[in-house]
Amino acid sequence: MSATEPIDVLIERDGAVGLVTLNRPQALNALSMPLMKALAGALEKFDADPEIRVMIVAGSARAFAAGADINEMKDIKDAIAAETALSKHLAAWDRIGKLKKPVVAAVSGFALGGGCELAMACDLILASETAVFGQPEILIGVIPGAGGTQRLTKAVGKALAMDMILTGRRLTAREALAAGLVARVVAPEVLLEEAKKTAREIAKASPLAAQAAKAAANAAVDRQLDAGLARERELFYRLFDSNDQKEGMRAFAEKRSPAFTGK
Amino acid sequence: MSNQAIAAEFLSETKNAVLTLTLNRPDALNALTGTMLKGLADAVSKAGRDKAVRVIVIAGAGRAFSAGADLGDVKKRMASGKFEHGEELRKAFNPLILAIRRVEKPVIAVVQGTAAGAGASLALACDLKICAMEAKFLNAFSKVGLNPDSGMTWVLPRALGLSLALEHAWLSKPIPSGEALRFGLVNRVVAAADLPAAVDELVASLLAVPPLALALTKRAMNRSLEAPSLEDQLETEAQLQSFLGKTKDHAEGVASFLEKRAPKFTGE
Repeated sequence: MSATEPIDVLIERDGAVGLVTLNRPQALNALSMPLMKALAGALEKFDADPEIRVMIVAGSARAFAAGADINEMKDIKDAIAAETALSKHLAAWDRIGKLKKPVVAAVSGFALGGGCELAMACDLILASETAVFGQPEILIGVIPGAGGTQRLTKAVGKALAMDMILTGRRLTAREALAAGLVARVVAPEVLLEEAKKTAREIAKASPLAAQAAKAAANAAVDRQLDAGLARERELFYRLFDSNDQKEGMRAFAEKRSPAFTGK
Repeated sequence: MSNQAIAAEFLSETKNAVLTLTLNRPDALNALTGTMLKGLADAVSKAGRDKAVRVIVIAGAGRAFSAGADLGDVKKRMASGKFEHGEELRKAFNPLILAIRRVEKPVIAVVQGTAAGAGASLALACDLKICAMEAKFLNAFSKVGLNPDSGMTWVLPRALGLSLALEHAWLSKPIPSGEALRFGLVNRVVAAADLPAAVDELVASLLAVPPLALALTKRAMNRSLEAPSLEDQLETEAQLQSFLGKTKDHAEGVASFLEKRAPKFTGE
């Protein structure tokens, strides 16, 4: 990587804890293809590193991640082109969901769309008081395509998940806590400190036990996850055959309200 | 041109780190309009991000603090079918109340006369209230067949207890300044002529406190009104202290105390 190229993720190690910080603050950490590639790659490297026992994914104070990068998607012409263009990108979320070591998401500010899906692909979410969670894809003519329909429904139950996915309704940190989406809510000033404390706490355990615990707990919620993810992605790609997807994403890029026609 | 018209409904002035917002429709007893509420909410939120502002003062021009919602305007807009009470609250009133509660800087209401309806809610939503003797709070909602709004049902039962809160709300019984002081609904009551000096004194005292301590104290106190348990609130305090304990102003506060000198706080 040349020195002038922006660094999409910052990678740090602190003893047995590997920290990856999303670093596109000017874009509210929109999850572009290069960023997701770098993030999944960095986490997989930590996963394979015998000195690392726990990982943390963090964003900035203002945004964990405000969503996928819509500019990368808005000109995709149909479902086949969508699958060709996006399957590798969306697989990055799946790769993070399949890491063996525990992953803590430290969420401050916006965790919307792909950002919410990224937080949910981690094992536990620590949220700052300012965190906001949502799956607003419906507002731009599509649906969550990186696991949102599956992981959100499993996390908060069908009624609240439907409310969020069908209307784009956002949850505050406290609402997310009450709904079981996040493990703890802390002051924004100490979020990273608390995430590190939690990670160090997990790192004290036998790594064999920690990984077994993760695998076992995931078995409780991940039954049929792969089938659900495949169904979600198929429906997601299919929407790229519609005019509404194009209208929705263009309207988003042009900062105006979309006019959906049902075509 | 429209900007000027909007600005004239309230005045905004920043001087010596204090933003003063003055409701400025004295002929209409400072009845609150949609543009006024939106402008005030924006000004308060912006002040939250502006390092040059450390204290916010909200005052009313003329003889009333505010008569509340502009009922003439409400009637006109209802007749034209362009008004729905709940939507009006969500769009105009609630954002201002939330902005005042959320901004992590002291907000002082200067109440020189009557504060009625949403005007009373606005004054009571502020952190500190300083009143002239002539000031009174009037829960006028029931007289027009409405329920108290703009946060009134949040503030009153907490300050007065349920019985008195209901009595004042149901019977629209005014709370004169002296009684408001006794209830702990306001901080100070002074003669009208002494009001400006009393405000200056209060502001000066606040400016002497480290701004981060002011900010996080407000957050913790706000939080205590909604905290599920003492354990939860104690944990909130511990987290905020863990941050404040590392600030320069804390170190300076301790050093100046031990060295028996006046502290020089920098806001860091």
